[in-house]
Amino acid sequence: MAHDITRRNLFRSTLKGMAVTLCVPVLDMVLNSSGEAFAATGTALPVRFGSWHWGCGMNPDRWTPNATGAAWEITPELQHLARFRGDINLFTGYAALLDGRANEPHVSAVWALRTGYAPKSKEDIRDPSFDHVIAGAIGGGVRFRMLNMAATGSETDSYSSSGGNAINPPEISPLGLYQRVFGPGFKDPNAGSFAPDPDTVLRHSVLSGFNEERAALLREASAADKQKLDAYFTSVRELEQQLSLELEKPAPAEACVRPTVMPKELPASTEIEQVTASHKLMTDLLVMALQCHQTKVFNMVFSPSASTLRKAGAADTHHMLTHQEPVDDKLGYQPDATWYSQRSMEQLGYLLDKLTTAQEGGKPLLDNMLLYAHSDTSFAKMHSLDEMPVIMAGKAGGRVKTGLHIREEGAPVSKTALTAMRAVGLKAGAFGSDSMQTTQAVTEVLV
Amino acid sequence: MWRDHKILGTKIGRIALSLTLGAAIAVGLTGEGSVKAADPVGSSAASLSFRRLSQDQYRQSIADIFGSDIKVSGRLEPDPRREGLVAIGVANASVGAAGFEQYDAAAREIARQVTDPAHRDVLIDCKPRAASGADEVCARQFLGKVGRLLFRRPLDAGESDRFSALAGRVAAEKKDFYSGLSTSLAAMLESVPFLFRVERAVPDSNTTVGGLRLDAYSIASRLSFLMWNAPPDDALLSAAERGELSTDAGLGRQVDRMLASPRFEHGVRAFFTDMLVLDDLDGLQKDPAIYPRFSNRLAADAREQTLRMIVDTLVRRNEDYRSLFTTRRTFMSRSLGLLYGEPVTSVGGWEVHEFAAGDPRAGLVAQPAFLMAHSHPGRSSPTLRGKAIREVLLCQKVPAPPPNVNFAIVQNVKDPRFATARQRLSAHNTEPMCSGCHKLMDPLGLSLESFDGAGAMRSQENGSPLDLGGALGAETFAGAQGLGLALSKDPALSSCLVNRLYSYGTGSALDQELPWLEQIRARYETSGLRIRDLIRAIAINDAFYRLSPAVAPATVTIANDRKETPRGS
Repeated sequence: MAHDITRRNLFRSTLKGMAVTLCVPVLDMVLNSSGEAFAATGTALPVRFGSWHWGCGMNPDRWTPNATGAAWEITPELQHLARFRGDINLFTGYAALLDGRANEPHVSAVWALRTGYAPKSKEDIRDPSFDHVIAGAIGGGVRFRMLNMAATGSETDSYSSSGGNAINPPEISPLGLYQRVFGPGFKDPNAGSFAPDPDTVLRHSVLSGFNEERAALLREASAADKQKLDAYFTSVRELEQQLSLELEKPAPAEACVRPTVMPKELPASTEIEQVTASHKLMTDLLVMALQCHQTKVFNMVFSPSASTLRKAGAADTHHMLTHQEPVDDKLGYQPDATWYSQRSMEQLGYLLDKLTTAQEGGKPLLDNMLLYAHSDTSFAKMHSLDEMPVIMAGKAGGRVKTGLHIREEGAPVSKTALTAMRAVGLKAGAFGSDSMQTTQAVTEVLV
Repeated sequence: MWRDHKILGTKIGRIALSLTLGAAIAVGLTGEGSVKAADPVGSSAASLSFRRLSQDQYRQSIADIFGSDIKVSGRLEPDPRREGLVAIGVANASVGAAGFEQYDAAAREIARQVTDPAHRDVLIDCKPRAASGADEVCARQFLGKVGRLLFRRPLDAGESDRFSALAGRVAAEKKDFYSGLSTSLAAMLESVPFLFRVERAVPDSNTTVGGLRLDAYSIASRLSFLMWNAPPDDALLSAAERGELSTDAGLGRQVDRMLASPRFEHGVRAFFTDMLVLDDLDGLQKDPAIYPRFSNRLAADAREQTLRMIVDTLVRRNEDYRSLFTTRRTFMSRSLGLLYGEPVTSVGGWEVHEFAAGDPRAGLVAQPAFLMAHSHPGRSSPTLRGKAIREVLLCQKVPAPPPNVNFAIVQNVKDPRFATARQRLSAHNTEPMCSGCHKLMDPLGLSLESFDGAGAMRSQENGSPLDLGGALGAETFAGAQGLGLALSKDPALSSCLVNRLYSYGTGSALDQELPWLEQIRARYETSGLRIRDLIRAIAINDAFYRLSPAVAPATVTIANDRKETPRGS
């Protein structure tokens, strides 16, 4: 079917330079054949993937439990996640390996985790990030192959890349997110009647013609330019597919209720209370977008690497504090900097609350997804590359066992990314390059 | 299969328009037709490269072609910066899914405005026989005319046929001529030849060494984006069509015409916005408790102040680039007046302001735009300011800090021994691993410590007096005025400007010395670095449009068009 041809093309372009073998995703096909009924009957619910990023890490001593396996205890810095102990897996000891390249603080490690290659700088992000690969595989069949959000309101706060230094830009305000998802293009899956919008029909038909020029342009383009054109035509195709879904009567979605109140436009701010407010509004919209089957893959940035978060009236940002604040002799950590990482965990808890409360087919939405939360470093004062904090939440539709603490000192953190890819159904053989290349997933958590 | 494209197609056919879907339109450069039309030199051996329009170029294109009445609303794909310039960033960028959605929305909204009753009589220079149906002649005429400006070359015959056919079918179906026109126009606005500057290179017939050079329309675009940051106008496209851009005299005539145009000021603004990273001021945040006078409005005015000063000095007064760093003449708005503590009487407007001799606020680096952009949200930063002077103004790369540095003292303002940044930095620089790079930055930035993180004057920090001594190479000085003077004498300042102009024009970093560019620099460094002269010298130089054999790849071949042709220029 025509759909698959595009998908293969997408794979070719997104996976360039990356040792990954992918089959055409089984999950999508399961979905499609029963898609009309999935939400109503509770069968073949789609598996979702999401990532959640906070900046400037944590304190490994106060973060890492002593015990591994199922018998681990909640540590001081995981307090905000205590109620989700049974829903999460904690990964510790994993490292970003640079292969001799310099550690560009707050850049190398986070992109090493995302792409399996530690870049020299922000201009060296070579390979696609694993969330992008996941979106390529399981993100179809819904309006948005991927939704990106940044609670800080900055267009550059994104760790999702299609490779070749292209960043997938985020939605930067709750209002923008609302308009994109629940604006005029939204078709209520539970509406009684459905009539395709003639303008959408027209737009769809116009975009279908765009592919005609592709071959002629590619013939004369240089290699670097071919990549650009590929990305452009993939984007055209995505919008075309989005429109084609708007022309179909959507499958009913039991829990979908279009938010009636449009969020107010908030000024972009890095002040933590405003970021938190923005994060909560975006989270609420995101969870409803998932329940309404508008997307299956998302990336949320609560705070960027080198966290720009600040308190009103304070001269120093979270990032500046991690470097300047002395380690308190009595406490054994930096109290002011740690306050920010704790606020971050509290907000991760907010997202998990929402994903647990949201139900589909009589189960929490979280059961049908894998949420991968991580930071850009562990101990930010030293821009540490080891002990990268990774938390995965959710059972990915039964493919993942939860409640475990997995510890592998010095293992490449790409292993956790490969684990996530396999958990959501990708037949990914390997991920990463050089010493970050891994063919091994963390099998203890996979069913 | 509910997502099956073919089934969907049938469904659409059934439920609505009788469009032939796949063949409805094809947009862009196709086949030989466009090669001939777009290449008066007459060669069919070509290679294409693509540079995405920046946001400013997109907006400027719409304003130039349809007038400022037509609004571009909503967000557009963000512009990445690479090797110091957005011009290089967008030359390496494409369009992502979210970005294409934005271009699609913008295109439809622009097309709707252009064809709506309020604008159609002015913007569409023909009338359909009846507004309730198709009119091929008028559609073809309008789309051909607008398409030439949007694509920066004439439409080829295939494109012209397809766009007018699409307009005709939609017009017939919807019984509305203008709906048809609007649909075709929107399609043009989100297609490759509009969203990307397509540069077509052909074998260089002017040299004996081979290599490639841009074809006439690509020369026109390179020229107009360099000088105006806007697409070629009708006169420039006509000159390209007549082959005039391949003669020295013809090229010179166009360059002089463009230098004299009011659009040149916009071009100069766009270049310096890019070079000086002034777009950073858009999203700049300061803590309101620490800097109560700071606001988005102030940041926008600070940026405008710098640009006005640049245009006034370099374009209107035709002064040397180096004088930007010492000039006492500037512009004030009301909000800037409050920051400066200078009265500004005109309410919404701008006033010329001349600082007294010896005032430390003279010159570009003492302007709030530079000072606030290179500071922390709640504090000034001699290091960030010094780094910006090195990297932005002198094109010198400062290495990243080592990852495992102890910064504790640098920012521990609570310790009374380290009240000023100078005291904190000198303590920090007792570490040899730090001092190497800080020596490059701090002596420059410390001379600007009489300005706080929002750009306001101050005489002390945390109650301690400030020592404003600074150094640039062997030159030592005190305060912003001394820094400005030292900068204006540094040869790196002029070569940086020339290199940035080149990279801005070509969309590529300068990774080797180019003799022709070096000659231009040497000549004007002595006789005066006037922006008109520099841009003219680059724009009339044939080398600016050549992909030299040294950088063009050996695999560029004429016979086998399937070979990949990586392009080095």
